[in-house]
Amino acid sequence: MSVELTGAEITIRCLQEEGVQCIFGYPGGAVLFIYDELFKQDKVRHILVRHEQAAIHAADGYARSSNHVGVALVTSGPGVTNAVTGIATAYMDSIPMVVISGQVPTNAIGLDAFQEVDTVGITRPCVKHNFLVKDINELAVTIKKAFYIASTGRPGPVLVDIPKDVSQQKVKFEYPDKVSMRSYNPVTKGHTRQIRKAAELILSAKRPMIYAGGGVILSNAAPQLTELTQLLNFPCTNTLMGLGGYPATDRQSLGMLGMHGTYEANMAMQYCDVLVAVGARFDDRVIGNPKHFFNENRKIIHIDIDPSSISKRVKVDIPIVGDVLDVLKELIKLLKESKEKPDQGALKEWWKQIDLWRERDCLKFDRDSKIIKPQRVIETLFDVTKGDAFITSDVGQHQMWAAQFYKFDKPRRWINSGGLGTMGFGMPAAMGVQLANPKGKVACITGEASIQMCIQELSTCKQYKLPLKIINLNNRYMGMVRQWQEFFHGNRYAESYMNALPDFVKLAESYGHVGMKIEQPGDVEGALKEAFKRKDQLVFLDFITDQTENVFPMVPGGKGLSEMILV
Amino acid sequence: MENEAGALSRVAGLFSARGYNIESLSVAPTEDPTLSRMTIVTVGSDEVVEQVTKQLNKLIEVVKIIDLNDGSHIERELMLVKVRATGSADREEIKRLTEIFRGCIIDVTDKSYTIELTGTSSKLDAFLEAVERSAVLETVRTGASGIGRGEWTLKV
Ligand SMILES: Cc1cc2nc3c(=O)[nH]c(=O)nc-3n(C[C@H](O)[C@H](O)[C@H](O)COP(=O)(O)OP(=O)(O)OC[C@H]3O[C@@H](n4cnc5c(N)ncnc54)[C@H](O)[C@@H]3O)c2cc1C
Ligand SMILES: Cc1ncc(C[n+]2csc(CCOP(=O)(O)OP(=O)(O)O)c2C)c(N)n1
Ligand SMILES: [Mg+2]
Repeated sequence: MSVELTGAEITIRCLQEEGVQCIFGYPGGAVLFIYDELFKQDKVRHILVRHEQAAIHAADGYARSSNHVGVALVTSGPGVTNAVTGIATAYMDSIPMVVISGQVPTNAIGLDAFQEVDTVGITRPCVKHNFLVKDINELAVTIKKAFYIASTGRPGPVLVDIPKDVSQQKVKFEYPDKVSMRSYNPVTKGHTRQIRKAAELILSAKRPMIYAGGGVILSNAAPQLTELTQLLNFPCTNTLMGLGGYPATDRQSLGMLGMHGTYEANMAMQYCDVLVAVGARFDDRVIGNPKHFFNENRKIIHIDIDPSSISKRVKVDIPIVGDVLDVLKELIKLLKESKEKPDQGALKEWWKQIDLWRERDCLKFDRDSKIIKPQRVIETLFDVTKGDAFITSDVGQHQMWAAQFYKFDKPRRWINSGGLGTMGFGMPAAMGVQLANPKGKVACITGEASIQMCIQELSTCKQYKLPLKIINLNNRYMGMVRQWQEFFHGNRYAESYMNALPDFVKLAESYGHVGMKIEQPGDVEGALKEAFKRKDQLVFLDFITDQTENVFPMVPGGKGLSEMILV
Repeated sequence: MENEAGALSRVAGLFSARGYNIESLSVAPTEDPTLSRMTIVTVGSDEVVEQVTKQLNKLIEVVKIIDLNDGSHIERELMLVKVRATGSADREEIKRLTEIFRGCIIDVTDKSYTIELTGTSSKLDAFLEAVERSAVLETVRTGASGIGRGEWTLKV
């Protein structure tokens, strides 16, 4: 007979049963019993952030870099509302996460009680699912379900709202080994007939293209994607979310595609005759104007675990609903068994064309500039870290340069907010990455505007000795906004200038970290080397960069992929 | 779908969040009290209806979805309508109309009739058109409920 435990004890026991080692949170009235139980045990480590948004981003970075479910704990009311930005960020990028929130006692719900918000209502549109646990008997099974839902199918955040009285009540604790839900049965295996059709189409391709997204990372299928691409000698492009799914330094990689993708990737995307979309969702930042995209004829194979991703923005010819990992394995097997091969002559011609596009050298920039070029900082960062760091980023120009110039050869090394584009994501996410990878080199590429959105986390980094390297590409502008204003709003830089900036060196020092200001191109490499030598310290590198630099190529809104603005 | 608190608001929220039309929605528990069944009437192109279906399927509490238009089906809606009925000529005329539409008068005062009517939504519309506009005092409609024809059943 199992003993009776309180709801709070049960909550912590469930986390232990799930193998959760680290959670991120911030206490408050409604979760005090849960914090009390955290205090009494040492299996689950709690990281105290300085703002709930950061707790969620940290859990998110933890999940993205480790493939574990990220876990966060916040209190009712303002705790939850602060967490919403983080939850929406994780939702848009399909990140497995469980958020536990406190709620006012059940008998106070609906009475405008102190720190009451309708958490289930507020978060409903930005979670995969959420629960309000009104009955202590349902608590353990609900948490089990939450982990199951968060981590299976198309992953996503799941929130469990626990009223204070439920965390106090007692019941016998039994953690189910498994849950099955008649209303939730995600597919994994793709339809064999569809996969067979896909193989046939692939073999008939003359100008093939593989377009791989975040689904490859989420399903841990980078090795299979690489095998498929190399087996066929096809070109491969990755979305912003898919970087690292195929090694970027390899010849067959065309780099990122889309709004700020490479010339060769966008041209090949536009002019291919067979497109294999793997765990990617034809985002508006990726294919530009869909009408223009369909000016060219091509057949599309689309592998995705979520049926609603298929034929949402772009009609496809061969949909395959399934886990990328399973589907690619089966596809590779079929292709290996087949005696046929794609037309090698045509493929050779296609590669010739692609190499011509490549010669356009679309990512060139002034390497001899007397002012620090942001691209140069990222290239040097790549060299100094030998391409082996975990890179998180905030949102803006710096994010795009990071994506273009840091060549990701491995999955789960590039951690950024793609779908929601949340400024403030970078540093807290990096904390989660560092905690999941204590030995890893972790750098956060940011801008002077973004970093200030969660700057308070420098304190958390001090408390837990997280030796992040903050690469601040300081252009004294909300660069991405300024670029749009330059291109599309007649150079009227409305409110995009960052005035009254802090002295970041002193700021870092006041939190107990190391600060460095770098103003000369010649000092970039030395500074980065010095920073990574300080293995146990957070180093804030404030790079004073060219204010007027823009991100190229660029597909302007409403334009087609082949209508890029080039440098 | 699961007969759980909040399930309905997930469905309604999905329609508003994604900008889908919702013409009517009717819902109640089924013979299995853990399940409720909902009939939603929506309009949109084939692509939109396909997305609506896929998005609804993604809701964790939704167990099964069918598009009744994929096969032949029966559709019924209930309407209660209160009409002004004063003079005896009026009263006779309304009684006659109610009979033609196979409705029944379920409440009577010396100034009004309350009529119960079931049928397809267009039949109910037709009744309202047949009655003089100014005579209609109040209407309440349930929205359509639908079921497939024949022996085939929607079972989970
Ligand atoms: C300033 C800014 C600029 C941007 N510019 C660009 C740009 O130039 N290029 C670009 O690509 N993006 C850009 N983005 C990002 C863009 O907004 C989207 O987030 C991104 O393109 C989506 O990537 P994805 O298609 O790989 O989909 P994701 O959001 O990663 O979605 C993954 C897909 O895979 C599916 N999936 C998940 N798990 C599995 C599994 N196990 N098996 C099968 N399928 C699975 C999901 O259902 C989903 O459809 C930009 C963002 C910002 C903020
Ligand atoms: C929370 C939030 N608010 C506003 C925006 C809109 N936005 C996108 S990029 C950007 C400017 C970012 O500036 P900075 O961090 O300095 O990066 P830079 O573009 O200069 O590299 C803004 C305001 C956003 N993405 N997120
Ligand atoms: Mg800036």
